[in-house]
Amino acid sequence: MVEPNAQSSVVRHSKPRTAGKGASKGGVVMTTQINETELEAQFAATIESKDRIEPRDWMPEKYRKTLVRQVAQHAHSEIIGMQPEGNWISRAPSLRRKAILLAKVQDEAGHGLYLYSAAETLGATRNELTEKLIAGKQKYSSIFNYPTLAYTDVGTIGWLVDGAAICNQVPLCRTSFGPYGRAMIRVCKEESFHQRQGYELLMTMMRGTEEQRASVQESVNRFWWPSLMMFGPPDDDSPNTEQSMEWGIKTHTNDELRQKFVDMSVPQAEALGVTFPDEGLKWNEERGHYDFSTPDWDEFWAVVKGNGPCNEQRVAHRKRAWDEGAWVREAALAFAENTADAAADTADAAADSTNTAADTTNTAAEETAK
Amino acid sequence: MTNEPSIHVDHDEAGANIDHENAYSGLLVNDAHWAFGTDFEDPLAGVDTTVPSGVDPKDLAAYCLMLGDDALVFSQRISEWCSSAPDLEEDIALANIALDLLGQSRLLLARSAAADPSLVPQLPEGSPVPDEDRLAFFREDLQFRNVRLAEVPNGDFAEAVAKILIYSTWRLAIFERLQSSRDSVLSAIAVKGVKEMSYHRDFAGRWVLTLARGTEESKTRLLTALEGLWPLWDELFETHPVEASVAAAGIGVDPAEVADEAGVILDQVFAAAGIERPERDALAGVRGKRGRDGLHTEALSKMLADMQVVARQYPEGQW
Repeated sequence: MVEPNAQSSVVRHSKPRTAGKGASKGGVVMTTQINETELEAQFAATIESKDRIEPRDWMPEKYRKTLVRQVAQHAHSEIIGMQPEGNWISRAPSLRRKAILLAKVQDEAGHGLYLYSAAETLGATRNELTEKLIAGKQKYSSIFNYPTLAYTDVGTIGWLVDGAAICNQVPLCRTSFGPYGRAMIRVCKEESFHQRQGYELLMTMMRGTEEQRASVQESVNRFWWPSLMMFGPPDDDSPNTEQSMEWGIKTHTNDELRQKFVDMSVPQAEALGVTFPDEGLKWNEERGHYDFSTPDWDEFWAVVKGNGPCNEQRVAHRKRAWDEGAWVREAALAFAENTADAAADTADAAADSTNTAADTTNTAAEETAK
Repeated sequence: MTNEPSIHVDHDEAGANIDHENAYSGLLVNDAHWAFGTDFEDPLAGVDTTVPSGVDPKDLAAYCLMLGDDALVFSQRISEWCSSAPDLEEDIALANIALDLLGQSRLLLARSAAADPSLVPQLPEGSPVPDEDRLAFFREDLQFRNVRLAEVPNGDFAEAVAKILIYSTWRLAIFERLQSSRDSVLSAIAVKGVKEMSYHRDFAGRWVLTLARGTEESKTRLLTALEGLWPLWDELFETHPVEASVAAAGIGVDPAEVADEAGVILDQVFAAAGIERPERDALAGVRGKRGRDGLHTEALSKMLADMQVVARQYPEGQW
């Protein structure tokens, strides 16, 4: 296992790929030892010119650690996030909605894959990060520690939760670490697709029966405040924000993004015909923004610290899936390592057969053996 | 309104034109193309649904219901794996298989309803629930015509791949023949299904081989799974009178016809995997009645109770 920090002191001999200011400096010293100060200067120049840092580039150890933490947390959020909506796949009220929901939850697994891959370029493997998640050593977005109590929540999560996630994530497409930024471009495209689907579901339900409209309002009431909390604690209580902004990992503060989210959501709620559960929500002509009440930060910290309605349930579910899958992952490894020759022999023998299924299976055997 | 949503700016590959200001831009724009599966109402729109001559529409409808229920019930079972698979790649693959089968079932149920509207459960006047959903969510277990293999509760991952291998080997042999059905809808469904289920069989075959030749534990689990499923094998090839009728009319396939072929294919997979075909007797029915007759295991009504609960709560709901 390569620990994320194992490469920190290694002086890289690959040519620094920084453009602009960094390039001339790199040109002088590219062949042999580059001292730490110059590396830091190149790194700073890359950040300064809003260029991407790539996996082979030198980077400060703290930058690497911060990124591993953030990308892992993001990947875990995608995977844990499969559960609250997955809770309604079996009960989706129409076959079309079942297909949409199943495809969405599947997309989340895909996002998890891209993000774990991005983390891997920083030296942290998927297995190692998963172990940390199920041991409670790494976090995921607290929003998923809230329960989904109605199928309607699928729509609300799409609209508000995915909407808030997009507000947070779109700026990350320009984040300074290349693999993360590129993964985010793809993730954001699919997230905005999901958000539209969620909004469309609520819109459709609002055109339905009185009971359906009541269900939409009830669901929005439950998810509004947790959605606002998705932007993280207030700026004066957010220990990591400053350094992350300096490094170009983060580009907006929590409070800026939260305000933006409120401003965008109010007209959407009006178009939908629902209200948000906040009597303090009012347009402020002077500020040019909506005023809103303070979220319950005590609840926020309680959930972050592990006391949310579903924290234990979510991690236990992930742990169960991971533990119960261990024998399968071991079998795949053993098959690839120990029986490659035998499998190839069998494939040869069976290849004489004219049967299509045998061909299919042989191809599978060879591929798996590889 | 003070905050009109701005015009949506599409993301480009480089991320240069991403609209950082408004995650909601475009939400209110009427764009029919944006949401998966939401761009059509009638899955058979544009397809000629005239019932061909020489077949009783009731038989065609019952036959489509049988095939549609197989796909629906099996899809429902496989989708239960979501977020519980051994690794992300398998989670994604299983969801794919469930989605393909769900797509097949929607077409088949819609075909069934079009051929014989009297099969479709009645709901309060003016209910907007479409036929495919009435059939899926408003029938009782005794009205489901799926084979019992499709409904048995999930076991471990070995059970999942063994079940998918058995189902897709059987169904692929049927669909390969169904491609030349005189019913243009069934034929189109079969053409699509053959491509999909070739992948399903490949996925399952690959895993059966891997588990058989992996560790002692994986081999034991695989053999246990096959042993448990094998009593349901014979039922797949029994000919129901409806199947005999549509087969005679050149519309459907008599499953008995594909028994040998499916058996040979499975035996080849078993040979490649170095395992034996299980020796278990067929699961009996009740006075000869089995899945195709609406006689199921105890597991089906529980599955349906879960599957149908929200739809039944809103018999006039819009989704």
